[in-house]
Amino acid sequence: MLTFAVQFAFVMFCVALLLNLWRLFRGPDLPDRILALDTIYINSLALLALFGIWHNTPFYFEAALLIAMLGFIGTVAAAKFLLRGDIIE
Amino acid sequence: MLNKVLPAPFLSLFLLAFWLLLQNTISAGLVILGVILAILIPLYTNRGRDFPATIHRPLKVVEYFVLLLIDILISNLNIAAIILMPSRKIKPALIEYPLDIVGEVPITVLASTISLTPGTITAEIRRDGRALLIHALNVHDPDKLIQSIKQRYEMRLKEIFKC
Amino acid sequence: MTQLPSWAEWLVSSLIIVGALFALVGSIGLARLPDFMARLHAPTKSTTLGVGGVILGSIVYFSVSASFSLHELLITIFLFLTAPISAHLLAKAGLHLELRRVENTRDLRTQPRQYSDEDD
Repeated sequence: MLTFAVQFAFVMFCVALLLNLWRLFRGPDLPDRILALDTIYINSLALLALFGIWHNTPFYFEAALLIAMLGFIGTVAAAKFLLRGDIIE
Repeated sequence: MLNKVLPAPFLSLFLLAFWLLLQNTISAGLVILGVILAILIPLYTNRGRDFPATIHRPLKVVEYFVLLLIDILISNLNIAAIILMPSRKIKPALIEYPLDIVGEVPITVLASTISLTPGTITAEIRRDGRALLIHALNVHDPDKLIQSIKQRYEMRLKEIFKC
Repeated sequence: MTQLPSWAEWLVSSLIIVGALFALVGSIGLARLPDFMARLHAPTKSTTLGVGGVILGSIVYFSVSASFSLHELLITIFLFLTAPISAHLLAKAGLHLELRRVENTRDLRTQPRQYSDEDD
């Protein structure tokens, strides 16, 4: 049951990542692309957590936490750049 | 005296819980180190906090949190229904929401709550800080939406922060 | 993967599957909703909850199979704290750039000039 659930979730998240990638390429505007990148990092976070379950190791937790923090900072920096043309005022 | 040592008791408590979660074990040494950090960090950063916020009713915070979790679940079901139904024509709107509460922290909490709950996102605050601009994904009656946000969240926040 | 007791296996499986479905719905919304402000709704809510579900599942899995462990909860807390902030900043950017909105969007602002999407 658990094997099936994790495989199913892998497939779901891969489809989700492909859809995000489509939005990233298609645009049409810069905020759309930033939003797509934001969603990509959140989805890959879940993939990492699933990978941890699959291999039965807790070591992917640190990587997931780091991705969460850096991804948030990246999104904020990019949105700030669009707003002001400058990141640190 | 207690105010001098613990300028922000809830922040200290949060820092201690965060530290223990990060370590993922509980031992005497870690708890002592965590307590020291939880006292020193608020003392050091207190000068930078120019937005005093005091929680007057800690029990209400728990109630608010549970309500928020339930609403997040319901809002996700709503959004999923809107996304998956092709025939439904969505009716977005930009709504101006007049604020009753004052203070930076309560307004921030309210704005984040609005962003996390059914079909609404806070986009902007008016220059004078007395109104929020909300984008609603699918709304038929904007006045009803404003009333429900006021009753559900803003009243409770008013009680929690007494502002 | 280690063998779990059956209640834990069902719990973890359902959490993971529900989470994955929510994340997929969020990404579908990102791909097919008509304008930027509408697209903003889908990932900030559904994807956050979906990832939250998967991480809850992983908490249950590791707590049952190895020793009690809660630190994955940090990721969920962090995501729920940051999702409104990035949504808010992106919405600001979208308003500032005056992106195209679908025609039936009603603009109910009484004083549009009071918002900083107009140039300073």
